[in-house]
Amino acid sequence: MKFEDLKKIREKASSEKGAWVKVGMSTCGIAAGAEKVYDRIVSLAADRGTDIKVKKTGCLGMCYAEPLVEVHKPGLPDVLYGWVNEETSGRILSDHVERDWFLNGHAVSLNIKRPHEKTVSVEGIKKVFLIRDTSSDNSSKLRDFHHHLVSSLKEKGFDGRIQIVRARDLGVYNKGIVVKILPDNIVMAGASSDDIEKAINSYLEKGRLPEEMILKNHPSQTRIVLRNSGRIDPGSIEDYIVQGGFTGLEKALSGKPREIIDEMKKSALRGRGGGGYPAWLKWTAAAKEESSEKYIICNGDEGDPGAYMDRSVMEGDPYSLVEGMTIAARAIGASHGFFYIRAEYPIAIDRVKNAIKRADEEGFLGKNIMGSGFDFDLEVRLGAGAFVCGEETALIASMHGKRGMPVPKPPYPSHSGLWGKPTVINNVESLANVPFIMQHGGDAFSSMGTDRSKGTKVFSLTGKVANSGLVEIEMGLTLRQVVFDIGGGMGFGAKIKAVQTGGPSGGVIPENFLDTSISFDSLKSLGSIMGSGGMIVMDESDCMVDIAKFYLQFCVDESCGKCAPCRIGGYQMLQILNRITSGNSEPGDKRKLQAISLAMGKASLCGLGQTAPNSVISMMHYFADEYKEHTEEGFCRAGKCKSLVSYRIVQDKCKRCGLCVKHCPVNAISGDREKGYFIDFKKCVKCGKCFDVCKFGAILKK
Amino acid sequence: MKKVKAVINGLLVETEQGTTILDAAKLVQVKIPTLCKHPDLISSASCGICIVEVEGTGKYLRACCTPLEDGMKINTHTPEIVAIRRTVLELILSNHPNDCLQCGRNNNCELQRLAADFGIRDEDFPKYLRDIPKDDSTGTIVLDPQKCILCGRCVDVCRNVQNVWALSFLERGFSTRISPAGEIDLADSPCVRCGQCSAHCPTGAIVEYDHTSEVWDALKDPDKFCVVQIAPAVRAAIGEAFGYEPGVNLTGKLYQALKRLGFDAVFDTSFGADVTIMEEASEFVKRFTGEGGPLPLITTCCPSWVDFMEKFESDMIPCFSSCKSPHEILGVLSKTYYAEKNKIDPAKIYMASIMPCTSKKYEIKRSDEMSASGYQDIDSVLTTREIARMIYQAGIKFNELPERGADSLLGEYSGAGVIFGSTGGVMEAALRTAYYMITGSNLEKIDFKDIRGLPGVKESEIKIQGKKIRVAVAHGLANVEHVISKSRKAMAAGEEPPYHFIEVMACLGGCVGGGGQPYGVTDELRKKRAAALYSDDLSKKIRFSHDNPDVKKVYKDFLGEPLGEKSEKLMHTRYKARPLYKK
Repeated sequence: MKFEDLKKIREKASSEKGAWVKVGMSTCGIAAGAEKVYDRIVSLAADRGTDIKVKKTGCLGMCYAEPLVEVHKPGLPDVLYGWVNEETSGRILSDHVERDWFLNGHAVSLNIKRPHEKTVSVEGIKKVFLIRDTSSDNSSKLRDFHHHLVSSLKEKGFDGRIQIVRARDLGVYNKGIVVKILPDNIVMAGASSDDIEKAINSYLEKGRLPEEMILKNHPSQTRIVLRNSGRIDPGSIEDYIVQGGFTGLEKALSGKPREIIDEMKKSALRGRGGGGYPAWLKWTAAAKEESSEKYIICNGDEGDPGAYMDRSVMEGDPYSLVEGMTIAARAIGASHGFFYIRAEYPIAIDRVKNAIKRADEEGFLGKNIMGSGFDFDLEVRLGAGAFVCGEETALIASMHGKRGMPVPKPPYPSHSGLWGKPTVINNVESLANVPFIMQHGGDAFSSMGTDRSKGTKVFSLTGKVANSGLVEIEMGLTLRQVVFDIGGGMGFGAKIKAVQTGGPSGGVIPENFLDTSISFDSLKSLGSIMGSGGMIVMDESDCMVDIAKFYLQFCVDESCGKCAPCRIGGYQMLQILNRITSGNSEPGDKRKLQAISLAMGKASLCGLGQTAPNSVISMMHYFADEYKEHTEEGFCRAGKCKSLVSYRIVQDKCKRCGLCVKHCPVNAISGDREKGYFIDFKKCVKCGKCFDVCKFGAILKK
Repeated sequence: MKKVKAVINGLLVETEQGTTILDAAKLVQVKIPTLCKHPDLISSASCGICIVEVEGTGKYLRACCTPLEDGMKINTHTPEIVAIRRTVLELILSNHPNDCLQCGRNNNCELQRLAADFGIRDEDFPKYLRDIPKDDSTGTIVLDPQKCILCGRCVDVCRNVQNVWALSFLERGFSTRISPAGEIDLADSPCVRCGQCSAHCPTGAIVEYDHTSEVWDALKDPDKFCVVQIAPAVRAAIGEAFGYEPGVNLTGKLYQALKRLGFDAVFDTSFGADVTIMEEASEFVKRFTGEGGPLPLITTCCPSWVDFMEKFESDMIPCFSSCKSPHEILGVLSKTYYAEKNKIDPAKIYMASIMPCTSKKYEIKRSDEMSASGYQDIDSVLTTREIARMIYQAGIKFNELPERGADSLLGEYSGAGVIFGSTGGVMEAALRTAYYMITGSNLEKIDFKDIRGLPGVKESEIKIQGKKIRVAVAHGLANVEHVISKSRKAMAAGEEPPYHFIEVMACLGGCVGGGGQPYGVTDELRKKRAAALYSDDLSKKIRFSHDNPDVKKVYKDFLGEPLGEKSEKLMHTRYKARPLYKK
């Protein structure tokens, strides 16, 4: 293939007509049943003779709504259905594809900005109004609104050309009734249903909405890293090319290596693996080295609990990594590159391997890439499941076939890395940004974000948040916006207590700091870190001491055992926390925790040990009350630390309904309606079920 | 060399680029404490004791492995740094048993010394020990994982200096431990018993297998006739255990001390070395003149090298000298020749060897040929460290002892015999005698400076009757590969061998740097110890093994001639391939 051919492929694709459906088939989708959905659609389409292409794609980030199916049919706006099952699959074909009739109750729509993407003309196709009541208590009368709207459309004669569809998720939350008009992608929110109705009428009559009704400047996602994930078939190099793939490479190969680094410098991209070290500095250091051989490694050894951004990128958009690495290789003068991927990511491994094979076949890798005279090839290496192998020097040791243990720096890998040669190791997410930066320029990237943290960051939002999944946001949004405006707020009416960022190396950030805008430096100043992008939302049912213990336990399990502060310090701290959470705290515990934290932080060799105490330090700082309750009052307010909780029935409040008796799994509650009910402390396993089910607040937790 | 200027604790330092902060600090009289660092080895940077602060950055660096950079401002002893070091040390101690009084390293332990320096008086952290049993399967060294602080020196020395790869880190986190890979005993591993791990261990986690009680028992037994021999390298290092500067030759005092310990006769392994040379040089001459065996001839005085070769290079067995090592030769002669001459029942002779080496403990039971006298030729081997302890225990004021000589028949040695203790020494001694054997006259210039000193591989050539003899000397097993593979390649191709004669010693510096020598060995120390042996050689009237009158006597009265029937029976051995891992 030559660069001229790319244009032809893109033109050919844009001229293609015909309907298609895409099924999200990344690990998350497959786990939720996407394979069944895919098979069902394929077989149904064949049975019914429906003229439709069925495609596979990666993760769109809406893991909470999997399996996801996107439907495209000429003359209709594209729509995404979530929570699809085999039954819904059938209706997607019979109703949507065959009868142009959108399904109620399944449509989902993300609130996403896609920088530097052309909007496709939407003239003359069917209008769809996606409606949803986004108030948390479902107080708005959506049914009435729907009814009114339908009859009003009928009256005005729009019936048939416009469809009102009840959506499941519109990416806007807590704004009462929200209407999203497809294909225009206009969102109306924040007004009474009457106002909205009037506005829609005006839209239908004049073709315009009153400005004040349109939702503007609402926090939304911004997709650079995930730009193709969930849109392209990760197995198809043509799909990637159609989305603008390899445009960045074309630029990179046409200029001097120095110019690539200049562009990276302009972009001010900081490493997304956790450290936040400027990528261009790393590249410059390696580029300056005189060496017959240099290497570039893509670090796909993602290991933070609850974080899976890198997996999604590798599964959903592997070609962008191939392109990013080739650009990086060109910049530093490497002729060989490696993906280091943890073995627990089989789908990512397959897709990356396939992408390398295809790119090689088409001339994007190998000798004389695209006639440029530049040689570069790629290989995959598997990590055997040690968290510490995400650390650069341990990763290199692991690739050398040695035990994955960090070694002191300097020498830095950019000077002496793999096989002692200059090596640049970049995280998956960092490299996924590179093609965008080369395609649209460093300035386009640095126009986004904050002063010292440019561009976007992908977070895997999990925990007690309503919509757990991947979100990519522009740096500078606040934590609150991410949780409430993008993540859909707290699930099941829970009250937010804290957000944990940065995985085991990070810390907890309490509710009163949620208005902090997200950047490398702001999170650090709060005692946490950006890390690789884990973001775990916690509510009142989470015990902060227990959470700190969880993360510390992780670090203790994953410590390579090399350096004493980490190996022994972590273990000692864990024993102290184990004692505290089981009600056996001792007077010197706080002082010891602080002393060990300091020693680990300053005297550990690698990032794992240096940051391992962060979870404990931030807990003791922000949740001093809870720590004190555990150590001095023998009480765990969240009820997680079983030894520190007891349940009692307050007889005055008890209405003798007997619900607690029914739910107690160990028959610890006895008594009758006359005498009242009592908990037998010896039998009670402190599961808290009675507390949860009691409607009268008659169970006292203390 | 580029210079860097920096400030350490407010004091200006100017030094060469690449100097570590640790070494740069010494220039301004600042001692940064260390634990895992050993001057012989690359820093593993594992303990975290040597951290220093870069002023104004909040950054902490490891002084042992971070080069000083231009313009750096380093603080080494702020209250915070000292507090952190103390915590780290207390953490290490919380993972280390408190049985210092019963430990082989009591009073000589780097961890103990550090704890003393820091004035640790309380146990702030509860003790959590790893419950792992000792491994004394080799009978030469004892691995006690509980005492291990995981500095990694042993792993480093075993892999990178000795190329044996017997030791690995197993498991991870708090359970990490040092052991042969695959949950096996050391005896079943590729371990060649060189003991370099024990010589480099900062604590009592790897120590020599202690045979002193065996020797005490023999000394107490009135039926036993106890004899003892000292290896060349011991005399140059024993002083370090008694406060002498390194490199003082204490042969006379050591003979005296041994006598006072109760040994009935004191011999010198250097005499055995002279006999070894008679045999080995004859063997060489025979091969060189095309009368038997392939070239190169490879020396076999070092049992770790023998073990290594049997495991890793067994295809080279035909090149090995069949001659036993000097102490084995002395052992067999004491239970045959000496016993006969002095009319002592050899069954009653108890022979102890004082060696710089742990591997000799293995050698004495290596094969049946080590009992050529009809009895086990050597009954017990003690390292330099063990004999020093016995001298202390016996209340002998070593430093004040009058000197004495060795006992007759097996005690007189030539200058050639004593340089066996240093790398290159065996070769030099052999060449002196080989020259004589070929030409019938002694060399005039007998100091082979090319093959002395510490380069890992040394090569030289001498001309004998117009024929060039190419020799190579390697020490530190990692350096062996070069000379062996070169020879192997030539042999396979049927070409002229690159070397005719190769000397190998397993330990760096040869026996002076042996695994049983006093702790703290560095290149500087190796040089000083070797120098003591070379000056002993210089001071000797007789500097050729074949000129040693006692050697002549033993051949005349007892052995017959070198490589003769009796010599072969008593003083030669065979080798066999051994598996790296026993099942």
